Amino acid sequence: MSETRIDRRFTALKAEGRAAFVTYIMAGDPNFEASLAIVKGLPEAGADIIEIGLPFTDPMADGPAIQQAGLRSLAGGMTLKSTLRLVSEFRKTDDATPVVLMGYYNPIYAYGVESFLTDAQAAGIDGLIVVDLPSEEDEELCLPALKAGLNFIRLATPTTDDKRLPTVLANSSGFLYYVSIAGTTGAAAPKASDVALAVNRIRKTTDLPIAVGFGLRTGEQAAEIAKIADGAVVGTALVEQVALGSDDQDAVERVLDLARKISKGIHGVKKNEQD
Amino acid sequence: MSQLNTYRAGPDETGHFGIFGGQFVAETLMPLILELDTAYEESKKDKEFAQQLSGLLKHYVGRESPLYLAERLTEHYGGAKIYLKREDLNHTGAHKINNCMGQILLALRMGKKRIIAETGAGQHGVATATVAARFGLKCSIYMGETDIERQKPNVFRMKLLGAEVVPVSSGSRTLKDAMNEALRDWVTNVDDTFYIIGTVAGPHPYPQLVRDFQTVIGEETRRQMLAQEGRLPDTLLACIGGGSNAMGLFHPFLDDEGIKIIGVEAAGHGIETDKHAASLKGGRPGVLHGNRTYLLQDDDGQIIEAHSISAGLDYPGIGPEHSWLNDVGRVEYVNATDSEALEAFQLCCKLEGIIPALESAHALAYLEKLAPGLPKDHLIVVNLSGRGDKDIFTVADALGVEL
Repeated sequence: MSETRIDRRFTALKAEGRAAFVTYIMAGDPNFEASLAIVKGLPEAGADIIEIGLPFTDPMADGPAIQQAGLRSLAGGMTLKSTLRLVSEFRKTDDATPVVLMGYYNPIYAYGVESFLTDAQAAGIDGLIVVDLPSEEDEELCLPALKAGLNFIRLATPTTDDKRLPTVLANSSGFLYYVSIAGTTGAAAPKASDVALAVNRIRKTTDLPIAVGFGLRTGEQAAEIAKIADGAVVGTALVEQVALGSDDQDAVERVLDLARKISKGIHGVKKNEQD
Repeated sequence: MSQLNTYRAGPDETGHFGIFGGQFVAETLMPLILELDTAYEESKKDKEFAQQLSGLLKHYVGRESPLYLAERLTEHYGGAKIYLKREDLNHTGAHKINNCMGQILLALRMGKKRIIAETGAGQHGVATATVAARFGLKCSIYMGETDIERQKPNVFRMKLLGAEVVPVSSGSRTLKDAMNEALRDWVTNVDDTFYIIGTVAGPHPYPQLVRDFQTVIGEETRRQMLAQEGRLPDTLLACIGGGSNAMGLFHPFLDDEGIKIIGVEAAGHGIETDKHAASLKGGRPGVLHGNRTYLLQDDDGQIIEAHSISAGLDYPGIGPEHSWLNDVGRVEYVNATDSEALEAFQLCCKLEGIIPALESAHALAYLEKLAPGLPKDHLIVVNLSGRGDKDIFTVADALGVEL
């Protein structure tokens, strides 16, 4: 497959000698307009890659903060179709920042895989993370997505041992998302030493960039991960800012403020290392 | 699957029944599920495992359960001869323990130290807490707050048995949400925890292994009917939420093409309303809780909350093998409303001196449409999946009686 925005972004970051700040935000939370304002503001706030959550009623692998965000978004009438519209609106002002759609399979299955892939690409989505589609179900969406020129980003976890790792990596592209803890999103922070061991182990078997997420909340935590991995993912902490906002404007500013702080942490690290 | 000459051969090696089934779970769980599959396949070849299980089923659960000729129900409907398969007489009061006993032995075999489960009506929770107590394993049961409220006696029983009952306040606060929370717990505690799923749903190999542990119901029914009537039954009838009691009764008879097999879904306030739990008649295929199956969902693939007066049937999905049997037409799926089930519940109490579970009452409710028109030598077996002591508060409430 040809190079995607994700591939280009990681190549550029590597040249700059720094790790990617990957942000996660729920589409349509707290509503379409405010959500679009957040997404539009994220690159300026330091996000190198944006993951957009596709709301789902039963997000089994997510913690309470992201589940609540999804329910807020659904209550506001968000759908897969309007999530794609959100991305195409964003693309009108930003053609460089990679966008990854992250969610569960059923809304995509209900939409129809072929029309979804066509529409996702037209909207400007670069990659997919579908939590409940492991390698065993590659024929459902992963293989068609790769054929359509989208990255399919797979999760590896502490339970993914050396025997299983090749299966997970087989059809992965873009980057590998290492889930730093066995648990749901927003749970306890990972131990940096454990993450380092795992990332180094995985590096021996793949050239894909490795981004680490689950449990990262602060600039300091993210900076530690940035020393070890090619990217740090922050989701729950940003999503919680939406809920704390007193109104739409406040929610947008809170998310972007926190993003700025965390990006300083991540982007600071490697520059210091180079000095 | 379409080329098989038997309805009993499923699932295929990838865990599918036609397009249904599969393994739709987060990567964290995949290594565990594969490990479970291997452990289960090995246990099938182990004679000691089979002996231990059948010994426990006989001496602890109280099997075999009687196949009872319900003379007064038969007389009442004036048609077919009605037999009740008395799963209500099992220890803990329902068929659920058959499966729990099998799974706890698997958990021990795999060296697990902690058991989790989800429960709707509380029957599966009680059965799980019971086997966990029997083998001295720690146990946490996830239960929606709505169900905790309407199934208080079972909640207390679980606590007496030493289990922790974890209230689930997310979503509709019923079985679907309890299942989400149990999956979250499992993802977090993969190292030492075994998840005992209570029905023929979830990621492969669960639909298959739960079915296999429940087929003791149908196998006994075959033997008992041959002994009592000298031939096999003509019609089988069972209620369906996830569908484990139904699958347990149906599966050993699927290849007997002459036998009519009927599953009864919960129609709640009516299949035409938005308050029912009939996934097959009111839903379409989708992916939830680790498998593809018929689901109650909106056009955008969001899951719709189910409704049934019976907490055990109140689930927006159904086991994938039922979805397949529906599509290939081997089993006929019908439904009964809350009020039809309530009437059948009372009728069974009055005529047979048996208080049936509200779940089972859905199967009994279909007798009214089925039995009167059939000849007197037509043999119907209704699976009386559980007893209704746990439901007396719900029933009293529905009848306007204050206890």
